[in-house]
Amino acid sequence: MVEWTEQERDIINSIFSSLDYEDIGPKALSRCLIVYPWTQRYFGGFGNLYNANAIKSNPMIAAHGIRVLHGLDRAVKNMDNIKATYAELSVLHSEKLHVDPDNFKLLADCLTIVIAAKLGSAFTPEVQATFQKFVAVVVSALGSQYH
Amino acid sequence: MSLNDDDKAVISGFWGKASSRAAEIGADALGRMLVVYPQTKTYFDHWKDKSPSSHNVRKHGKKIMDAIGDAITLMGDLNNALLELSQLHAFTLRVDPSNFKMLSHNILVVMANYFPDDFTPDVHLAMDKFLAAVARALSERYR
Repeated sequence: MVEWTEQERDIINSIFSSLDYEDIGPKALSRCLIVYPWTQRYFGGFGNLYNANAIKSNPMIAAHGIRVLHGLDRAVKNMDNIKATYAELSVLHSEKLHVDPDNFKLLADCLTIVIAAKLGSAFTPEVQATFQKFVAVVVSALGSQYH
Repeated sequence: MSLNDDDKAVISGFWGKASSRAAEIGADALGRMLVVYPQTKTYFDHWKDKSPSSHNVRKHGKKIMDAIGDAITLMGDLNNALLELSQLHAFTLRVDPSNFKMLSHNILVVMANYFPDDFTPDVHLAMDKFLAAVARALSERYR
């Protein structure tokens, strides 16, 4: 069971309540596909991913980025039970999407960096530590049903 | 995943803008690493104060980033450029190489934080490759 202090809960809620999903989602996913190009393997049907500009302007990628970010809402609303909350999604990523779970960490790192760029001085070391703890729990939960 | 000419140009271009804040970047990255990855504090037991704003962190962070800045000018041959530092890390400091990733991650976070418009995905990609290449060169003498 992951323990969260009041301060950590406040930090996570604050980050997500002020987040522009339409902005951050596409930025995080497209950054992942550019910085770690092998992750493009999961997006064969998403159209033109030929170069960074194509990826950044790809509407299917943008839509998917928004979707993924909204997927994190469930963890924000269920911080005391993230593992159970994502059990089904973990099965989906394993059995249907066949995503190597190491990739979750790559996307998490890109999201951290996009948030760091967005929040400026508000992204203190403590906020960063809390955010990284949160995404680490999400990453672990998404990998939990793989076998 | 070696650095190609495009990567080198992108890195030099970005560092041209960022180098004036090298000391700040290094101090912030080191300070964040010690907070976000507390296990890294084990290498600094000799420091009483390991907080991000402490004198030790600021001084050591600057030292690290100055060395990284030097490595940028010598990107063509990192193994030779970092030979002595590799020997230092291998035989004296004996920092587990997994820690290089943690510091690199925080350097990237700080770069994004300080230069949100300039730290584009292309710059991120090139800097990530560069820091990984630095880590490889630093691990060269380990065994």
